[in-house]
Amino acid sequence: MITCREVTRLISEGHDRRLSLSERIGVRLHLMMCNGCRNFDAQLRLIRKACQRLANGEAPLDPRER
Amino acid sequence: MRPPASGSPPSDDPAPETYRDYLYRFAVLQLRDPHLAEDAVQETLLAAVTAKSRFAGRSSAKTWLTGILKHKIADLVRKQSRETPLADAIRVEAVRESDEFDALFRQNEHWSSPPRDWGNPERALENKHFWDALEDCATLMSPAVARVFMMREIQGLSTEEICKEVGISTTNCWVMLHRARMSLRLCLEQKWLGDGAGGA
Repeated sequence: MITCREVTRLISEGHDRRLSLSERIGVRLHLMMCNGCRNFDAQLRLIRKACQRLANGEAPLDPRER
Repeated sequence: MRPPASGSPPSDDPAPETYRDYLYRFAVLQLRDPHLAEDAVQETLLAAVTAKSRFAGRSSAKTWLTGILKHKIADLVRKQSRETPLADAIRVEAVRESDEFDALFRQNEHWSSPPRDWGNPERALENKHFWDALEDCATLMSPAVARVFMMREIQGLSTEEICKEVGISTTNCWVMLHRARMSLRLCLEQKWLGDGAGGA
């Protein structure tokens, strides 16, 4: 089984390039068994979604003290 | 008297000026330079006033203004990349990164402190603490890492485009982006969830 360190790198790269079939299978098998990496995956998805909202002008950057 | 045509901006549409603070924060997040950010916002507001008739309520005023500002920021970042190339800084960061991640994993390369469950993503995106933390955490990223990250996630450039503009290899680009995401999520866990606020 590939390690958490390797899986997190692949999950991140999956946001920037298409992973190979064997990479995708490796990640998927790992995620079925690893809670930490599942959370990592969800966290990166949320970060991406938040950035998309930001880029679309939908982020609530309300005035704060600067 | 007929009501105004549906295509024209609603009369209660807030003036572009209303969004100055928001636009500034959007700009400074990416440019990391208060003066450049002020200039970009000023130009955006000017452009908005002259183009007001073309806006015609196609989208929210905030989205429209963000779109104008994004173009100005993209130009400025391109200029920044020419004037202060990041290639060297990025090569240094890429080497440093492996050391920094060592603490996150045990000897066998599995988590020493595993990522936590952040709960329902939609609820997080509705949570003001989440956005405050995200803004703070983005500001804490090193300039080289931040520039690459913003080009990818806010300006939506491909890694190929980023490589060309910044002058780094594709592999270095992936490393930078991974590093950016890892540091963001670590920072968010501390700042957003660390005190028990927010989350599911």
